[in-house]
Amino acid sequence: MTRRLSILTAFALAILTLPAVGCGYNRLQGLDEEVKAAWAEVLNQYQRRFDLVPNLVRTVQGYAAHEAETLQAVVEARSRVGGIQLDESVLQDPEKFRAFQEAQTGLGSALQRLLVVAEQYPNLKANENFRDLQAQLEGTENRIAVARKRYIEAVMAYNKAVRYFPTNLTAKYLLHLEPRQTFQPDAQPIERPPEVKF
Amino acid sequence: MHNSLRLRATLVLLWTALALLARDPRLLAAPLVVPQPQGYVNDLAGLLTERQRSTLETLLRAYEEKTTNQVVLLVIDSLEGEDLESYSLRVAEEWKIGQKGKDNGVLFLVALKDRKARIEVGYGLEGSLPDAVASRILRQIVFPAFRQGNYFGGIAGGLEAILQATEGEFQAPAGETGVSDRRARISASTLFSLFILFLLLSSRMGRLLLLGSLLGGGRPFGRAFGGRRGGFGGFSGGGGHFGGGGASGSW
Repeated sequence: MTRRLSILTAFALAILTLPAVGCGYNRLQGLDEEVKAAWAEVLNQYQRRFDLVPNLVRTVQGYAAHEAETLQAVVEARSRVGGIQLDESVLQDPEKFRAFQEAQTGLGSALQRLLVVAEQYPNLKANENFRDLQAQLEGTENRIAVARKRYIEAVMAYNKAVRYFPTNLTAKYLLHLEPRQTFQPDAQPIERPPEVKF
Repeated sequence: MHNSLRLRATLVLLWTALALLARDPRLLAAPLVVPQPQGYVNDLAGLLTERQRSTLETLLRAYEEKTTNQVVLLVIDSLEGEDLESYSLRVAEEWKIGQKGKDNGVLFLVALKDRKARIEVGYGLEGSLPDAVASRILRQIVFPAFRQGNYFGGIAGGLEAILQATEGEFQAPAGETGVSDRRARISASTLFSLFILFLLLSSRMGRLLLLGSLLGGGRPFGRAFGGRRGGFGGFSGGGGHFGGGGASGSW
């Protein structure tokens, strides 16, 4: 008799706990945190690049002062990045997110052009200080690529959970979570080898 | 009759293959396979003599025992068109170079035919081995030797410089080394898994459960059985993480 009772209790407990486990409350919270952490890393690495620019510009200026146009483009792209307000709303607002992404891509390609120009100055290329800065910039670009990739993966997992049944119910009515914005692959153009003309 | 049986068998095979692929998306894309680590020194291109290999292996193992930092060398023949940076990161992350929580791992990757090399630095060592230093090691020590055809000299010199730069960052706790500490933990978890296995096998329900989980392709005992890859005294990843720091170059 007592045995049957305990089995019944176990059953009741199982049925009671099932919705709590099945609704994905904890999983959604976890995914949400992962997206936030991944986004923080993206911002962190973009900031690192942002901080590198003044030093790089100064060094190149010393050797290639008449590349004023290229240098000016870098400075302007940097100030555009600096002018963007970064808060949580960027992740939910497609317009703001696109503006952020465009500004960062702009700075990235301005820096690329600067490095291409630098190739034409042997004295600059031989300068150890410049080579260190170049290594730092390359390392940072690589970190940005890694951080972006991880952010894209985190958002993909999160967005799936927010849209799929039954976790979408928890996301919508309990946690009020919205799908997040993510990077588009066309944001960073695939590098093409330079065309050689004779 | 015979035909339909064969058809059904083919379908089952196809379905199994698809299920396997779906389980591991890397099998579908599979650009360049990440090899199993053979030790601290992984010379897949056959560049080093046995004596050179064991010299470096001893050096790197002693270094981990002293500092808990894991510095691992991988020499491959060719990247086969894959991007150096993304391959390097995949290897470093899959081998779990560096200790968990400290992220103090470094991967020194050389791709011979591509004439490219990279020093991939774990999060925890980015301070003592920043990109500029990693780049200087490649430019000033490794590549000059490589250009003269002195591959062992370049690799040994590069590794020495990496060890020197990262030396002060972490220290093995007194009395025990990172290596033996991890080994002890693994054997404890193996014992525990064996105990669970024994419990499962001793009842019919348990045997059914076990069979089910094996057929389902799950890994009921996690890393405990597959955890030790390097063999005795060899390299075994500690769970370190990487964020793309380091430097690349070509000679």
